[in-house]
Amino acid sequence: MSLKVLVGCKRVIDYAVKIRVRPDKLGVVTDGIKHSMNPFDEIAIEEAVRLKEKNIVKEVIAVSCGPTQAQETIRTALAMGADRGIHVEVPAKEMEKLEPLHVSKILAKLAEKEQAELVIVGKQAIDDDTNATAQMTAGILNWPQATFASKIEKKDDFLEVIREIDGGLETIKVKLPAVVSADLRLNEPRYATLPNIMKAKKKKIEKMKPADLGVDTTPHFEVIEVTDPPAREAGIKVEDVDTLLLKLKEVGRI
Amino acid sequence: MASISQLMNTFSRISRPSVYRHKGWISHPQNFIKPCVSSVHYSSVLAELPETHEMLRKTCRDFAEAELQPMAGKFDKEGVFPKQQVKTMGELGLMALVVPEEYGGTGMDYLAYAIAMEEISRGCATAGVIMSVNNSLYMGPLLGFGSDKQKEEWITPFTTGERVGCFALSEPGNGSDAGAASTVGKEDGDSFILNGTKAWITNGYESEAAIVFATTDKAKKHKGISAFIVPKPTKGLSLGKKEDKLGIRGSSTCNLIFEDCEIPLANLLGSHGMGFKIAMMTLDSGRIGIASQAIGIAQAAFDCAIDYAGKRMAFNAPILKLQLIQQKIADMALRIESSRLLTYKAAVLKDEGKAYSKYAAMAKLAASETATFCGHQAIQILGGMGYVSDMPAERHYRDARITEIYEGTSEIQRLVIAANLIKEYQVL
Repeated sequence: MSLKVLVGCKRVIDYAVKIRVRPDKLGVVTDGIKHSMNPFDEIAIEEAVRLKEKNIVKEVIAVSCGPTQAQETIRTALAMGADRGIHVEVPAKEMEKLEPLHVSKILAKLAEKEQAELVIVGKQAIDDDTNATAQMTAGILNWPQATFASKIEKKDDFLEVIREIDGGLETIKVKLPAVVSADLRLNEPRYATLPNIMKAKKKKIEKMKPADLGVDTTPHFEVIEVTDPPAREAGIKVEDVDTLLLKLKEVGRI
Repeated sequence: MASISQLMNTFSRISRPSVYRHKGWISHPQNFIKPCVSSVHYSSVLAELPETHEMLRKTCRDFAEAELQPMAGKFDKEGVFPKQQVKTMGELGLMALVVPEEYGGTGMDYLAYAIAMEEISRGCATAGVIMSVNNSLYMGPLLGFGSDKQKEEWITPFTTGERVGCFALSEPGNGSDAGAASTVGKEDGDSFILNGTKAWITNGYESEAAIVFATTDKAKKHKGISAFIVPKPTKGLSLGKKEDKLGIRGSSTCNLIFEDCEIPLANLLGSHGMGFKIAMMTLDSGRIGIASQAIGIAQAAFDCAIDYAGKRMAFNAPILKLQLIQQKIADMALRIESSRLLTYKAAVLKDEGKAYSKYAAMAKLAASETATFCGHQAIQILGGMGYVSDMPAERHYRDARITEIYEGTSEIQRLVIAANLIKEYQVL
């Protein structure tokens, strides 16, 4: 099996951190805050490694765009079983404005350069929740896409993917090469065992800039304001369903 | 009366910072570990851990939060050995952290060990002590003094988490007074015959091997003690009742009773009369592990207390707003941070092949007293809720207490520190 898989992993603020809006209201505080790999990307890496263990895939390449610290994310991917990494250097200030379109172009170029036949990413990043990178990457490459995957099986020259959709589960066939985005129930990521953490130190991480791939990272849109959601107000208790309906009518909800 | 210049020499020798080497090791009987990072900058460990260590900390924390913390109360209440969790810890590489890869270990350094011990103990103190005894007390003597054959036979099968070892030094008649070992070992043909009783042996029930210290030449006093590897079960070795302990109740503690117990000659560890030295060197490095366990317990108590204080309302505000509560939080955090830094220092010094005994004793002393302080204050902050088993504070309080006693009581640690100081200052 000569299939190469490219996995995108993003360094985001850790899910357990209590986010605070910056004083300039243009973003959230990131200095000195704990960061880790996007949980959906962990699932993507895990799936790629499992495909390698099943001999469906030959090589797993982990990619991350970001400042120097993005290498920690790639190293975690290597410790989980990825074979090598690519760090696309984007300085911290630029990273704030990096859009899914830029990342998609980068992933598309890398997929071509590495001759990967499968690109797996998490369905969305927990910081911007755009849920766009997988779709755009497929569009740019003109490859089929299987998003919100909760199960992936290889059959001959195509993938059978079960997708989680609003109505339930949908099973589709996608011809390779393809782009897949990982959803929550696809798998449970493994712990990076200590022996694997040690092995990861010997694996290669290639460095490059977006310009090297011919990608222009000029932003297309501008964040005007970031605010906290309104503080949660106290609710009221009602005695029965009739009173509930009355109250809902009073506040104009029904 | 020392001259001014002599005094100046003494002071400058003490205040000069240690020479730091980036790579390489002096070969030293204790240095059976390769550094796992090409350069561990002491100064940067103060500010931030090296990447590998940070990754290791994350793995241990994730595991502890997911698989130890939810079960810790159960292990404590039922006095159950966490067999499945110890097996997973083995798979993660935690049961033989500093053992070289050639013997099936993870090949990391003592700083990594300290970090891992803290995170595991924060999840469950019982899991922490089981890990510590296997790593430091059981594998320590074997790594430092075992032959290649002994290492293969007695280390490799104990690296996976499926089997654990134990360390038998204390006796009913002597704990701190380790030189007075009354268990005897007599050479008889092609075996040694052991007779005597060892007390307070952690992992006593589950362990499949024990490092046992016995007097082989009474005339030589503590220089007549030798160390032996005893397989378990073995004829002539029986176990006493499981002790009903205040804390770390998931780990078994019992007497090992030797009655004409025969073990092969090949099971002598090191040479005759080396036992006391082996024990003391082993306990030195074990102190780093126990210091870390104590910090983990203290941290767990602290986390519980500050979380509760932020939610508990009294006088129309969370009690965290009250200054006396804030004082407790600050004091707890101060002691935790100080003990942690001392522990890291001891670990890094050991990793660099430098003298670390004094710092290991300081770390263990500071950390264990921190654990009992934090356990105590956490209950105080939780008030009535701290006194009941619905909250983990009472378990941390109980778990913390032993850290001031085992692997060298706080009193012994003070003597070790003083002995080192007296030597350094050369004033006696």
